[in-house]
Amino acid sequence: MKRVLLPWMGGLSVLAALIPSGCSTVAEMSTMAGQAAGVITEEQAQSINRAAVAVEKTYQDITPEQEYYIGRSVAATVLGAYKPCPSADLNQYLNLVGQTLALSSDRPETFGGYHFLVLDTDEINAFAAPGGLILVSRGLLRCCRSEDALAAVLAHEIGHVQNQHGLKAIRKGRLTSALTILTVEAGKNLAGQDLAQVTQAFEGSITDITSTMMNSGYARTLEDEADATAVQIMVRAGYNPRALIEMLTEMKKRLAADTRGFGRTHPTPESRVQHVTALLGASPAGAVPPARQQRFAAAMASLR
Amino acid sequence: MTKRTGCILVALCLLSAAHAATMNVQVQSGQVRSTPSFLGNVVATLNYGQPVEVVATQGAWHQVRTADGKLGWMHDSALTAKRVTVPSGGAAAHTGATGDELALAGKGFNSDVEAQFKAAHANADFTWVDKMATFKVSAPDVQHFVQAGGLAQPGGAK
Repeated sequence: MKRVLLPWMGGLSVLAALIPSGCSTVAEMSTMAGQAAGVITEEQAQSINRAAVAVEKTYQDITPEQEYYIGRSVAATVLGAYKPCPSADLNQYLNLVGQTLALSSDRPETFGGYHFLVLDTDEINAFAAPGGLILVSRGLLRCCRSEDALAAVLAHEIGHVQNQHGLKAIRKGRLTSALTILTVEAGKNLAGQDLAQVTQAFEGSITDITSTMMNSGYARTLEDEADATAVQIMVRAGYNPRALIEMLTEMKKRLAADTRGFGRTHPTPESRVQHVTALLGASPAGAVPPARQQRFAAAMASLR
Repeated sequence: MTKRTGCILVALCLLSAAHAATMNVQVQSGQVRSTPSFLGNVVATLNYGQPVEVVATQGAWHQVRTADGKLGWMHDSALTAKRVTVPSGGAAAHTGATGDELALAGKGFNSDVEAQFKAAHANADFTWVDKMATFKVSAPDVQHFVQAGGLAQPGGAK
C-alpha cells in the first residue's frame, strides 16, 4: 500500500482553504445574517457552514452511533404497535439463521450488531430498524416452508439495513436543523432548549422512518435493491436463492386474504418474483440436507 | 481544468491516500482477529473511535496494528476512514478530536436524546429493545450451525 507522509489534517486545511471561496449556499447566507445581528461569532458561523455543507450532501453524515440510537427508537415504536413473541427457542433459531446471513453480507458489523425478534401477529410483515434490529411477524414466518425460505425473508431485511434504507427515509431538513445546533454546541453537553430541539429532530426522524416502514412503504427501487442483496447474501451463505421465489409464491396465496402489512407497503409478490427470477437466471436448485429441514420444522412447530 | 479544481483534486487524492493508512473503529465493540475470518481468535477488542493503522488489505479484511502494537484483522464494515468522535464520558481511551467537525460527529442522537424520546412516548417499548440486544450468537455457535446445516462457512464476503 502506498504511504503518504502528509498528515491528513494538513490535507484537510488545504481543502478548507479551497472550498469556501467557491461556495454560495443558503447556509452561508443565513450565517452571514446571524453574524450581522451579533447572534453568533464568526468562528461559530464557520462551523455551521461546514456542518450545513456536509448535511446538504447526504444522510451519510449520520454516524454509526447515531444510527444505533435511531434504530433503537424505531424498533421501540414498532414494538409499541406489535407484541413480541417471547418464545426463547424460536427467537434463538431466528438469530442463528439471521447472524449466519449477516456475516455473509457486505455489512456484517454494525455499531450494536444484528438482533432478530418474532412479532406475535398473524399479519404478514417485517421491519428492519437502522443498525440491525430486525422484527418479523409470525404471519410472515408462516409463508416459509424451509430454512432457505426463512433465510430469504431475513436476508431481504438485512438488505434494508446494509443499504441504509431507513436512514434514507429521513427528510433532509430535519438533519440540517439538528446538526446545526450540534455544531454550535460542540464541546459541551446539550442541555435545556438545545436538547429539546435536537430531540425534536430525532422524533421527526423516527416518524419519517416508522411511517415509511409501517404505512407508505419504501420506493420500488429500494425493495428491488433489498431483494438483490438478499440473493447475494443467500448465495454466499450457502442457501438456495430460489427459496426467495418459493417464499413469495406462498406469500401471494396468503396475502390474498390480508390487506395489512406487506400487502400495503410492498410491491406485489408477483412483480418481485419477476425481478428475482431475472436476477437468478438458470441457477440449479441444490438438495437441502435433511438436518437443515429437521431443525427448521422443530423451531417452527410452535407456529402451527 | 482550472488551476483551482486541479488543486482540489490533488488535495482529495492526498486525503484518500492518507485515509487508507489510518482508520477508526465504528462499532461499539471492535474485534481484532488472528486471521481474516469471523472464526479467527479475538486478539484484541477496541472501542468505538479508536484508531488503527492499516498494514494490508485482503478482500473485505484489513490487517491492522492497534495503538498498543497488536497485529490482527478487522472486517471493513467495522472501520471507517472518517474521524469518529467519542461522546463525552465514553469509554474509549483515545479521542484525537481537535476540530469542530469531529465534535459535531459525536454529539447528537445519543442516550440523553433517547431518554427524552422515551419520556414523551409511553407506548414505545424499550424493554424489548434492550432484551433483543441480549440475543447473541457467538462465532462458534454460527460455525456449528453452518456445519450441521450444510451451509458455507462465512469467509467475510468479497
